[in-house]
Amino acid sequence: MSAGTTTSDAGPLAELTGDMPAEAEEPTRWAVLRRSGTFWSGTTIIGFWALAAIFGPRVVPWDPYATDLLHELAPPSAVHWFGTDQLGRDIFSRVIVGSRDILTIAPLATLLGTIVGTTLGLAGGYLGGLVDTLLGRIIEVLISLPLIIVALLALVALGLSSVTVVIVIGLVFAPLIARTVRAAVLGERALDYVAAAELRGESALAIMFIEIMPNVMGPILVETTVRLGYAIFTVASLSFLGFGIQPPSPDWGLAIAENYGVIAGGYWWTVAFDAAATASLVVGVNLFADGLHEALAA
Amino acid sequence: MRSGWGAWFARRISLSLLTLFLLSLVVFAGGQLLPGNVGRTILGPLADARAVAALNHQLGVDRPAIVQYLGWIGGLLHGNMGESLEFRSPVAPFIGAALVKSLKLAAVAFMIVVPLSIGGGVVAALKAGTAIDRTISLAGLSLTIIPEFVSSIVVILLFGIWLRILPISASWPEGAGPLDQLRHLIPPAIPLVVIQFGYIARMARAGTIEALEADYTRTAILKGLPRALVVQRHVLRNALLPTITVIATQTAYLVGGLVVVETLFRYQGIGSLILTAARGKDFPMLEGGILTVGAVYIGATLIADALAVLVNPRLAPEMTG
Repeated sequence: MSAGTTTSDAGPLAELTGDMPAEAEEPTRWAVLRRSGTFWSGTTIIGFWALAAIFGPRVVPWDPYATDLLHELAPPSAVHWFGTDQLGRDIFSRVIVGSRDILTIAPLATLLGTIVGTTLGLAGGYLGGLVDTLLGRIIEVLISLPLIIVALLALVALGLSSVTVVIVIGLVFAPLIARTVRAAVLGERALDYVAAAELRGESALAIMFIEIMPNVMGPILVETTVRLGYAIFTVASLSFLGFGIQPPSPDWGLAIAENYGVIAGGYWWTVAFDAAATASLVVGVNLFADGLHEALAA
Repeated sequence: MRSGWGAWFARRISLSLLTLFLLSLVVFAGGQLLPGNVGRTILGPLADARAVAALNHQLGVDRPAIVQYLGWIGGLLHGNMGESLEFRSPVAPFIGAALVKSLKLAAVAFMIVVPLSIGGGVVAALKAGTAIDRTISLAGLSLTIIPEFVSSIVVILLFGIWLRILPISASWPEGAGPLDQLRHLIPPAIPLVVIQFGYIARMARAGTIEALEADYTRTAILKGLPRALVVQRHVLRNALLPTITVIATQTAYLVGGLVVVETLFRYQGIGSLILTAARGKDFPMLEGGILTVGAVYIGATLIADALAVLVNPRLAPEMTG
């Protein structure tokens, strides 16, 4: 991490000395990212599903919600590319539109977790003391429980809705993100620019958010993309369990929950495409995160 | 050395107890305080206010929080986990039976994943940088992030529906022998193996590479020992230590996966018990199940740390935190 001054009062001298290496670093990172096959394959997959989420409802051949009881459980054909489900709904249309809810809830949960987690991590790392000790204990307890189980408990207690799913996942992620941010902050805290800001009499808040935060954006960004992968994983699993996205949404996890009872009868298409879609999205997000991580580590 | 280990162990146990206490607070808050009006949550919005008050009184949730907590934790210490709202009978026997079933499933999963992933990680490390290494590492990482319900569907479709070589339900018929039970446990174990493989293989690979680069390995090679012997005697022993710790921490993820896998394969373990309790708003059952899962995890990490320190006492100072 570069420790270049980030305040606006950096004069021409600073440009000549301190900021030079930092600027020379930027193009190489960008070059690594541009050449990264991992990053671009991830971006392509995410891009595809994002487009599906935005424009899907307008371009799919069938109404994803329309039931057709005369053609239920029809195998894939020229008319219904991915076949139909137990209610005769077109699975291709549902898989495309099914990206909508998960691509809304998972990123929102990640965003909430990042905001709360970054604040906690900055406070824990910079202020230390009680905040830090408390944070450590909370993390200890959180990692002793599987994420799905914490989420189940909180969702039963708070009641089920998309908003509670976002809040619960966001708040469970927050301490985990805080741990990463805290570690990065500890590395910055001892640097001269922080001491200089303290001498200038800047408030602790200003030092945390204006001085330190821009210098730990790299780890925050990587952590956020990694968490987004986990958020998709978690929301999909919760929807499968009946505690996430609710019917009649064409969500993939929900669709698998609705249809896996009939696959023993050989109706594989009712779950196979939703499973493949879920897998492609989590893999896409993780490829994106890996590419970003490599580039920032360069 | 011994007394040092004893002191370390005592500190480590007290930390575990502290975590367990905090966990009980979290579970208690989630199960009894957060729902606000437990009676209302159970009876629904249309129920009569007097019925709600009566139920609250009967359940004891109209008492102050601290009294409730002390009552609950006191019961726990006497092995009394409360009474299921759904079955009107003590929770503990249900949890005990479910835990045994889950442990059987977890044991099968670990028996497959531990040799497989350690082998994979060591091979990847010995062939570091080659196509074999990249394949193992990439496969491990990609499989780790696939949700269990997705890999379960693949297992069911592939082995249960198309090839018809494995059962699609994990529940074996009454009186089935151990081999038949094992046959039923393999399909649900596969998704758990798939998700664990990447983590453990990565640790085994990193540990092996570190050991390969260590001075003692160089000395052994310079001494003229054959490569196979160096790997066997010096590298593997040191490489596998960190792997023990990771396997223990994986139990938490494993149990999380159990919720999904047990539901899909219709297996009455602790995961499906927790889900059923959550669906039925059976709070005592839910709290008991979750606390059990947490305790199992805390116990597993404690044992793993103790094993690691016992094998390598130099680790003690860094593992107390």
